[in-house]
Amino acid sequence: MERIVSLNEPKLSTAGQESLPPLSIGQWQHRNVLDLDDFSPEEITLVFEIANGMVEVLGRDVKKVPTLRGKTIAIMFYEPSTRTRASFELAAKYLGADTVSLDAARSSVVKGESLIDSLRTLQALEVDTIIIRHPCSGAPYIAVRHLQTRIINAGDGCHAHPSQGLLDLYTIKRQLGDLKGRKVVIIGDILHSRVARSNIWGMRSTGLHVVLCAPRTFIPQGMPEMLDKCGLDHVTIEHNLDHALEGADVVMPLRLQKERQQSGFISSIREYIRLYQVNAERLKKAAPHAIVMHPGPMNEGIEISHDVAYSGSSLIEQQVTNGVAIRMALLYLVAGVKNQ
Amino acid sequence: MAEKILLNSSDIERALVRIAHEILEHNKGAKSIAFVGIKTRGVPLAQRLAKIIRTMEQVDIPVGSLDITLYRDDVTSLGFKHVVQQTYLPFDISNKQVILVDDVFYTGRSIRAALDALMDLGRPQTIQLAVLIDRGHRELPIRADFVGKNIPTAHNEEIKVFLSEVDAVDKVAVRRLDGENSEPK
Amino acid sequence: MTSRSILIKNARVISPSQGIDGKMDIYMEDGLIKSSGANLKVSAAVTIQADGLVACPGFIDLHCHLREPGFEEKETIASGAAAAIRGGYTTICCMPNTNPPLDNAATVDFVRKIAASQAPLITVLPIGCITKGRAGQELTDMSELADSGCAGFSDDGSPVSNSQLMLLAMRCAAGLEIPIIDHCEDLDLSRGGHLNDGWVAARLGIKGIPAAAEESMVARDIALAEMTGATLHLTHISTRGSVELIRAARARGVKVSADATPHHLTLTEERIIASPAEPGVPLIYDTNAKVNPPLRTESDIEALIKGINDSTITSVSTDHAPHTSEDKLCEFELAAFGISGFETAFAALMMLVHSGKIKLNTLIALLTCGPAAVLQHEYDITGTLKAGSRADVALLDISREWTLDEANMLSQGKNTPFIGQQFKGTVAATIHAGEIAYIDKSVRISE
Repeated sequence: MERIVSLNEPKLSTAGQESLPPLSIGQWQHRNVLDLDDFSPEEITLVFEIANGMVEVLGRDVKKVPTLRGKTIAIMFYEPSTRTRASFELAAKYLGADTVSLDAARSSVVKGESLIDSLRTLQALEVDTIIIRHPCSGAPYIAVRHLQTRIINAGDGCHAHPSQGLLDLYTIKRQLGDLKGRKVVIIGDILHSRVARSNIWGMRSTGLHVVLCAPRTFIPQGMPEMLDKCGLDHVTIEHNLDHALEGADVVMPLRLQKERQQSGFISSIREYIRLYQVNAERLKKAAPHAIVMHPGPMNEGIEISHDVAYSGSSLIEQQVTNGVAIRMALLYLVAGVKNQ
Repeated sequence: MAEKILLNSSDIERALVRIAHEILEHNKGAKSIAFVGIKTRGVPLAQRLAKIIRTMEQVDIPVGSLDITLYRDDVTSLGFKHVVQQTYLPFDISNKQVILVDDVFYTGRSIRAALDALMDLGRPQTIQLAVLIDRGHRELPIRADFVGKNIPTAHNEEIKVFLSEVDAVDKVAVRRLDGENSEPK
Repeated sequence: MTSRSILIKNARVISPSQGIDGKMDIYMEDGLIKSSGANLKVSAAVTIQADGLVACPGFIDLHCHLREPGFEEKETIASGAAAAIRGGYTTICCMPNTNPPLDNAATVDFVRKIAASQAPLITVLPIGCITKGRAGQELTDMSELADSGCAGFSDDGSPVSNSQLMLLAMRCAAGLEIPIIDHCEDLDLSRGGHLNDGWVAARLGIKGIPAAAEESMVARDIALAEMTGATLHLTHISTRGSVELIRAARARGVKVSADATPHHLTLTEERIIASPAEPGVPLIYDTNAKVNPPLRTESDIEALIKGINDSTITSVSTDHAPHTSEDKLCEFELAAFGISGFETAFAALMMLVHSGKIKLNTLIALLTCGPAAVLQHEYDITGTLKAGSRADVALLDISREWTLDEANMLSQGKNTPFIGQQFKGTVAATIHAGEIAYIDKSVRISE
């Protein structure tokens, strides 16, 4: 005899922000995803709701659904990347889209017209969506000004990385549930970090308190004024990691590019480790349930110790899985906005 | 435009009981039957059918829910209207007599999407279709195996099923969409 | 009366160096100003009825880029001159960053010849390089450049970093009585920067250029000028700190003067992320607002205007820097620095007059006698309306409202953040050496 199966579905929906009135999906207007500064809390909630559905698809044996069958998504990376690129490519493929990858080595980014020309060529080839990563801040904004094709920013210079910002917030929300009064500490090279910038925007109006913790050389000169001008009063700057970590709920070290030492931003890797590495000893200052995240790729032993990276509090692998779901949700939502 | 009630709570119950009988008769019992409700209102209908059969046969039939959003053919052509929800099938559908359950059977496009979705999730022995209302106007060569009630309609009418699990009341109503978009949904 | 005579009737004549501001006529003949005064009893071959217009000396620009030779796709001497004339200019100093650069007499001669033949209705004064190839390694033959007609020395956008070399250059220039015009930038501080090192840079994730990059070089140049007695002109000053350094130096008697540009006087760093022509478009990364030195802050503008009003800053230069659309239609970090400025300089500065920040007479001084005073060899020839000076006159309509449309621009470079800007005030006519170089069709003339 078969066992009756209850329909009490497991609640994945904790990633939604339940207190908000649900946004009707028809109100979704973003043909392009450039940064999170123009995302309302309701829109972020909608992305998360849809990502929940995508997480279910990712758990299937057959992960492919035909939603975007017949659509073509161009993945245009002007900067080396493995994980973001793979994540977007799989997201597109799981949704049934065809993908075309264009590798543009950094060395070929010499003259601006090459970017506009390449984008216009893709548009003429009737590509539906272009996913672009570019070493210059603002490159996708130029694309949007001159193209009708949908654009998703997969990271532009030191400016923005909206899908990473969303997947980080989604991961935090799924783990912690209620975010009110929670403390996130982002540690390291804020100056050059698009991840930090998009996280700051995404975490606005979530109740999260964001602490940017870095040596003074890694905080942009205009950062305090920017936070003030942009009304980002949920963010504070701190230079001492031990103080920053006190009671922290989320700890997010950023990758330290080793070439920063040659440019004089840090005097030595050794000193950076001494002052800013997230390790088990330091983590004791954080809340007992604190989670550790990292946008990857990690420099184990530099910004994060090996034991912390693979400890029970590390959500680094969940971030990767959630990243695919978030990117599927974005591709789905963007595809559904009518052509203008 | 005022709505007209076509079925009340006991009409719905009677229709489901009849469908349950037909299902048992057609499948020669409840062996290896599974219900899959199409979200949203196919799910409570599937649960009700399972409950009726349990009363009749003392057998527990597994029930799952299917979200067909990702299989729809209008995602990008019309501007979408659908939030993706989760599919929840807590059993293997392979080699089962899967009975898809939906509230209103109309163009056939939802059922087409549901069939595609089921195929991706396993290999059922058969797939049968049970619907509470068949309002006609098929656009695809798909038919229902079990129908609660046939209601001939015009394109500019909307049939709406209300179920207490979702809508706090049980009824089926028809409404004319005067001056509104009368395209099929 | 000769066949080459012009009478301007009933203008409001403003000539700050002569202390003139009143309704009168100006009579010019054979390329020179003959007389001015109320109701002149002369007849001329051409009479311009200038009721409601302002007449002042033709404008002088100490700093522009004409791009020829070498970058004719951006601008030519002819197209640049046409744009300058439309902007009221009668004398323009072109910077030496051409290809080849103006570091030898032959190239300077080439520019002067082209200017004489293709832009006869404006005076083009070349600025010679301080170092060969603008490479900052070896001084040019400065006396030869002076003999060939250079009005000043500058390496402009590649400023001389080696302070010992700059010291020697100032000693040479002092002997030649020719000014050093310096673009102040500490290249180590500015390297990799693309906009002001302020909140917008932090917002956009682009490296900024700090005010200190300019101010440290301003301080160095002042110290060297004080030591050598050279005439030093600091161009396109953009920060509060620079103004303060220059004010203090002038008070001590150092021969230092300074100019600011119309864009640094009217726009801030925020223009990069918000354009009046595209309201509501966030983060446009407007490459047309990318310029070096970068657009700064409200506080800097306030200090520049204070500097103008207390005569710390005595001239305005355009830093007219035309570029092709390809140079600007690209990633912000790859886009060329520079703004095409001739055709909007006066109108942009009029915004400061209309808002009460500076007086009209001050504005005219900044465009005429102020820059003329820097060009020692030209002083008294131009920038004034006194009898015997060259008949360079600008007629201004200070109340005409108009909107900048790039289709109407004469410069090949359409790269200006003022596209779509509504202005009040424009140039109605430009007369160079007694010849009408430009006249708007609304001006009534009789022949």
